[in-house]
Amino acid sequence: MIEIRNLKKSFGDLLVWEDVSFDIEDGETVAIIGRSGCGKSVLVKHLNALMYPDSGEVIIDGENVFDLEYVALRKMRQRFGVLFQGSALFDSLNTFENIAFPLRYFTDYSEGDITKKVEEALGLVNLEGTGEKSPAELSGGMRRRVALARATILEPDFLIYDEPTSGLDPRTSSEINKLIISMAENLNITSIVVTHDIHSVLEIAEKVVFLENQGMCWYGTVGEMRKSDNKELMDFITASEYQIRN
Amino acid sequence: MEALEKLGKYSLLLYRSLRSLYEVDTYKKNLVNELLKIGYESVPIVLLTGVFTGAVMTIQTAYQLEIAFVPISIIGAITSESLLIELAAVITSLVLAGKVGARIATELGTMRVSEQIDALESMGFNSVSFLVLPRVLAGLIMFPMLYIFASISGIVGGIVAGAISGAIPPAEFIQGARQFFYPWDVTFGILKAFVFGYVITSVSCFKGYYASGGAEGVGNSTTQATVLSCIYVLLADFVLAAVFL
Repeated sequence: MIEIRNLKKSFGDLLVWEDVSFDIEDGETVAIIGRSGCGKSVLVKHLNALMYPDSGEVIIDGENVFDLEYVALRKMRQRFGVLFQGSALFDSLNTFENIAFPLRYFTDYSEGDITKKVEEALGLVNLEGTGEKSPAELSGGMRRRVALARATILEPDFLIYDEPTSGLDPRTSSEINKLIISMAENLNITSIVVTHDIHSVLEIAEKVVFLENQGMCWYGTVGEMRKSDNKELMDFITASEYQIRN
Repeated sequence: MEALEKLGKYSLLLYRSLRSLYEVDTYKKNLVNELLKIGYESVPIVLLTGVFTGAVMTIQTAYQLEIAFVPISIIGAITSESLLIELAAVITSLVLAGKVGARIATELGTMRVSEQIDALESMGFNSVSFLVLPRVLAGLIMFPMLYIFASISGIVGGIVAGAISGAIPPAEFIQGARQFFYPWDVTFGILKAFVFGYVITSVSCFKGYYASGGAEGVGNSTTQATVLSCIYVLLADFVLAAVFL
């Protein structure tokens, strides 16, 4: 379980958000939504202490991640898989090596076991036979899927998706959404999804955190979101639907 | 204030590098790669720089001593002494600040802005141990070796240029070089190369590791890495000369 308590973050004089508090239960999928630039990606980078807040806590299974020493922090980070917005695949490695990378450094698997695991992971994201391709030879959607295979190869407890469908066509977006659902179900992973795509939220999420006005404006289940009378949240959802219709 | 903040960040980065020296498994593969890139791949440009520096030095020294009543073997002495004590280390390092420094800053800068460094950290990697330490170590190891190559090629260049131009026969060049040879000059040159290797790789790593702002930011970091490396090499050269000579 991840408990976020009274987080506040600013860059110099610019306040990003403050007083952000919510819980993420084991096995659930939480979407963090909000307009561009509201600090969604900044917020999730606090979950595994890639960024530190001005104040507040992120407690994972009873431990505040910001209090951890670097060695313990690195161990904790291994419990997370992260799918970055731009995929963040290593340019110098091919698809196979990108996925095998964490296995080579963090496990004692033999070369045969690594090959088997990577092929399984490629199969899971429907990319069989692409191991030899370099990241530059892959489309945007394929890169996301390779990054997803890499993020899940060590079987993490938590998986962070930073804008997993942004810049993708609707069909590829839908494929990625299905993958997120199947990852959560098959691997029993707790998922945190940063997005501004309200249709993705309705498809994949159980709970929603809405960031607006430099803080957490709304937090609840998807069912509650549909009935909510929160003006900012409704404006955000309506704007998304309007964009799709036009 | 900003300069102090940068100095603090730079010191912290190097402290984190040093602290991860024991994580050999994390950086050994990258260290081998960097030894090849900084060392082996720089040999041609270092030899070329050395040969031409030695050749020009010989011809210019001969020109300046044309009317002086000194034995011509002094040309060999001046050329080899200048190469060993100053030129081989400084000129080579200024050339490598462009070649090695720019490559390091661009590589790390691109990894930073495309979130590859965040990806490493999020996997539980020590990105400093993985990326910064092997580059700095490779610089410390390879720059003194490149200095030796530059010195030898410079002296050979001087001998050949002296012979071709008729300024000094090879035997007299060698006689002059041997007459005024002090082993301390080589030790001092190696020490300089060691310091310059550290300056160039650490400054370039710092600039690349903390790059921001997309392609333009990487470009700026690369430019700053190259310019600052050159400036710090010259400053370090002065400090070393003032302290040790």
